[in-house]
Amino acid sequence: MSLLEVNNLKVEFKTADGIVNAVNNVNFSIDEGKILAIVGESGSGKSQTVFAMTGLLDHNGSASGSVKFEGEEILNLSNQKLNQIRAEKIAMIFQDPMTSLNPYVRVSEQMTEVLVHHQGVSKSDALKQSISMLDAVRIPDASNRVRMYPHEFSGGMRQRVMIAMSLLCRPKLLIADEPTTALDVTVQAQIMQLLSDLQKEFGMSIILITHDLGVVAGNSDDMLVMYGGKIMEIGKTENIYSASTHPYTQGLMSAVPRLDDSEERLITIPGNPPNMMKAPVGCPFSPRCKFSIDTCSKVSPVLTNVSKNNHLRACHVATEEIL
Amino acid sequence: MSNQTILEVENLKVNFDVSSEGDMPWTKAKKLQAVNDISFSLSAGETLGVVGESGCGKSTLARAIVKMVPAESGKVVWLGNDLLGLSHSEARQYRKQIQMIFQDPLASLNPRMNIGEIIAEPLRTHYPKTPESDVKARVRDVMQKVGLLDNLVNRYPHEFSGGQCQRIGIARALILKPKLIICDEPVSALDVSIQAQVVNLLMDLQEEMDLALIFIAHDLSVVKHISTKIMVLYLGNMVELANSNDIYQSPSHPYTQALISAVPIPDPSVEKNKELILIEGDLPSPINPPSGCVFRTRCQKAQDICSQQKPEYKEVATSHSVACHFSD
Repeated sequence: MSLLEVNNLKVEFKTADGIVNAVNNVNFSIDEGKILAIVGESGSGKSQTVFAMTGLLDHNGSASGSVKFEGEEILNLSNQKLNQIRAEKIAMIFQDPMTSLNPYVRVSEQMTEVLVHHQGVSKSDALKQSISMLDAVRIPDASNRVRMYPHEFSGGMRQRVMIAMSLLCRPKLLIADEPTTALDVTVQAQIMQLLSDLQKEFGMSIILITHDLGVVAGNSDDMLVMYGGKIMEIGKTENIYSASTHPYTQGLMSAVPRLDDSEERLITIPGNPPNMMKAPVGCPFSPRCKFSIDTCSKVSPVLTNVSKNNHLRACHVATEEIL
Repeated sequence: MSNQTILEVENLKVNFDVSSEGDMPWTKAKKLQAVNDISFSLSAGETLGVVGESGCGKSTLARAIVKMVPAESGKVVWLGNDLLGLSHSEARQYRKQIQMIFQDPLASLNPRMNIGEIIAEPLRTHYPKTPESDVKARVRDVMQKVGLLDNLVNRYPHEFSGGQCQRIGIARALILKPKLIICDEPVSALDVSIQAQVVNLLMDLQEEMDLALIFIAHDLSVVKHISTKIMVLYLGNMVELANSNDIYQSPSHPYTQALISAVPIPDPSVEKNKELILIEGDLPSPINPPSGCVFRTRCQKAQDICSQQKPEYKEVATSHSVACHFSD
């Protein structure tokens, strides 16, 4: 059984200008101890997918479908139940560590609060556990630094504090929403290394949301590519990189310059990402797709198997034509 | 492509005065060395990439070149004239030959001006006597060059996407027909597919107009793609300067090596077998930089000499200079 199973997840936002379908019929699952990367450009619905799962949608958003965690339905649960799940089973870290930490409260208090509130341990025990967790995320001199305020840490260190805090209750699933986007490359390398070490140590699963195809390549088992609120392609990371079968994935891969390669010119995807207020009918990528045929702008393609190892794609055009 | 040197920067230094928390009003402010002793030259049609972590002085260097921040000492020689020695009004005539593009495309456009006005503004400022019909024609001309339809001229910035806003920024920089464009993180805020469009546009324009570019970015893959030579900065100091291929194939400075190894390659087979050189610790405070070599506190090769002596720039190969005691 998978740790998490998402079926037909839909997210809608009611806005003054009408309904925005941010996420459409998303299906995926993640096994224990695996890392799943969700890749997409801004507005592709990658963050809203996980926000819906964890009940963090904005007040004007609503989610439908099914999200099963360890076999139990967790979509649209009451806040009280969700709080418990979010603390003990599913933890989340965000892009900007400074805005996720309370600037007025010492790190020690922010961390112990989690344990005291959710596990009922004593304050001194909670402090001990917090310090050992800060040690685990390799913050030097943790026993002293735990008493500092968030602004006294650098960006990379703050992200470590966030990671330590999210791991306090030993979650089964960690959702990392662009955890390194705000950081420098050298710090990014440190944090990704740390996440992969911790993942092995604690045996948890990770959903890694990012737009950086380099980060995905080195740090995930499976990946799913989203565009316009829909899944375009899903499969094992190696398979998608070695033989992507969706025109959007291919476009994305060729648009990134590579450090170990010197091509003269980048191949671009013409046009702009869709405006989700008036999302295109049919395949959301069809207006920008060079393989587009008549059906593409009329019928939305469904995810179908490309090969045996769970590699699926949503495209009307035959695989042979694209490769 | 001509080889005429258009810009020469010699020993440029920029200091900021900072006062720390709890200082009394009469306490002498501390000096923060944002840019320390940087020298390079740039020819027409060339692109200099400037890379380094946040806080290493990339943007300050760019701003000092156009006199947006005052330099402490050094020279910025633009076509034979030292800009730093000139008064504000004297420097103005050279300013129009150097234009800038900024990171946040929307924030760098005035929301209350339509894009025709935005693009025409530099022209109206520097050449106030240009007849209105000429201004209009020039605006249409540059809009076409950057791939914007000219019927968009009456729209406002908020009606455009990030990539289009960046094109407007580029059009505004181009209208004065500059010889040098300083691009301060021009693609960092853009999505991957849009980033490629803007990078290609800049490269096309460069070829067409024989432009020199100073391209500042923290994404090393993009910098490598667009640049002819690359400067690596660390804590306000230049640690390595070389042709872009050399710096990636044979980085000599330990910092450059670590920086390059930290860049993820979008290929699982490469990425999973890669040897990562991790830099431990954090960037030291620029108010209190380490003695000798600024990188020594995080360098694996550091020895006694590194804390005593500041390394000189050494040529390790043709036009490849490094500031390290142990570069071979």
